[in-house]
Amino acid sequence: MLCFLSILLHGVILLMPYGFFMLETLQNLDFTPFLLSFKLAGLTTLILFFISLPLAWYLSQSNSKFKPWIEAITALPIVLPPSVLGFYILIIFAHIDLAFTFVGLVVASCFYSLPFMVQPLQGGFESLNKNMIEASYISGKSQITTLFRVALPNIKPALLTALIITFAHTVGEFGVVLMIGGSIPDETKVASIAIYEMVEIMDYDTAHIYSGIMVLISFVVLLSVYLFNHTQKKIGGFH
Amino acid sequence: MIKIDINKTLHGSDGEMNLKINLTIEKGDFVALSGKSGSGKTTLLRILAGLESAKGIISIDSEVWQDSHIVLAIQKREIGFVFQDYALFPNMTVEENLLFVQKDRALAKQLLETTELWQLKDRLPSTLSGGQKQRVSLCRAFMKRPKLLLLDEPLSALDPVMRNKLQNEILSLHKEFGTTTIMVSHDPAEIYRLASRVLVLEQGSIIDDGTPKEILLKTSGSQKFSFEGELLDIIKIDVIYVAIIAIGQQLVEVVVSKQEAERLEIGTNITISSKAFAPIIG
Repeated sequence: MLCFLSILLHGVILLMPYGFFMLETLQNLDFTPFLLSFKLAGLTTLILFFISLPLAWYLSQSNSKFKPWIEAITALPIVLPPSVLGFYILIIFAHIDLAFTFVGLVVASCFYSLPFMVQPLQGGFESLNKNMIEASYISGKSQITTLFRVALPNIKPALLTALIITFAHTVGEFGVVLMIGGSIPDETKVASIAIYEMVEIMDYDTAHIYSGIMVLISFVVLLSVYLFNHTQKKIGGFH
Repeated sequence: MIKIDINKTLHGSDGEMNLKINLTIEKGDFVALSGKSGSGKTTLLRILAGLESAKGIISIDSEVWQDSHIVLAIQKREIGFVFQDYALFPNMTVEENLLFVQKDRALAKQLLETTELWQLKDRLPSTLSGGQKQRVSLCRAFMKRPKLLLLDEPLSALDPVMRNKLQNEILSLHKEFGTTTIMVSHDPAEIYRLASRVLVLEQGSIIDDGTPKEILLKTSGSQKFSFEGELLDIIKIDVIYVAIIAIGQQLVEVVVSKQEAERLEIGTNITISSKAFAPIIG
């Protein structure tokens, strides 16, 4: 919290001398990189939700000997350098014409952000009372009904964490996007790439504004998640 | 009639154990399952429900739940199960918990009225007391009109007054629905009140089978009163020794001789019994 505040404060102090030029820059500012970032993150989150839901449910309920293997593969993007992931995806994409396209970015982001969706969901499902799940089966309900009517409504904090962190993580992605997407305006030039470019051409005003917006959005997003989970814990309605 | 002939190797804290049960239960019976923890009681219930696998045969009336060819899915077995920890769905109200099983509003209303929960039908489980939660759980188990009701220590987390109340409700629902019931219980009073048959399990096998009277009123020797208790302390008062013993929820003082005081070890389980004795019952 303190760290974030100091970054914000730092930003404000640094920005002050630029005040006058800023206004001018603001008027001419191109917001498409942000729109592109949010479009990418939104689509990735949506797709990953539907892919991860059955996967996380399976992992949480399974005792199979393959489980550690699947878990390890799912967690790979956390430890791998984005360049490694980007390199392999690029090689594959080269054959199917997806490199340097927006669709290619979405597919790559789904690989990159997969663990951020799967792990909170799996953790949420694993924390549920096993007897409650069994009670649903005994009530005659299938796995799918149990998942949607019993399991999912009772892991709301984990669900929210998964959605928000996946979204935020995709917005913040840089390495993979750089390798897969390049920097084509209106197509693959997302916010993080745009900032990198502004710094390279020494347009610090725009870089400041872009970075400031990123810090602010990320902070608000994280704060809302923690506030929500905090109130949920206080109510104590969830296990 | 329920026929059970099953076999399963369990890996408990005391190493491997073979759960081997061969049993016939008459329709409408109320069977109490007793025995030390780790003797396989809960596992037996879970196998009957289909929550755990085992080798062997389970059939109820003419319907086969499990044999060498088929294993009927949990969802298709006509059972009700009440867990010790209630296992209610926290996201649903009391009434929704019942209707989730079956959309039979009339039955839900009847069950909730029988258990005096109708006024609480719109409350979420997190706002209920332990006793109320367990009654909801009991009602939910009856929503399927089960042929077999399985109760896994349903009342052990409740206080004595609530226990009594729920025992009556379990019994009346058991009779009203004509269910066959198997209940895991450690409480002799509870077993005596509810059960028509008692099975005692040890190391995965049935070591005792009979009516509650036959099993529970067995006492060794010719004594009239016999209590199991824990020796808490021995105090020397002048020339006599007084043993403080915990029996159930009550502490009692018993005078012991010097030899006895030296022989007894504090913290151990002991039996106090008495022969010629004319008790006053108030």
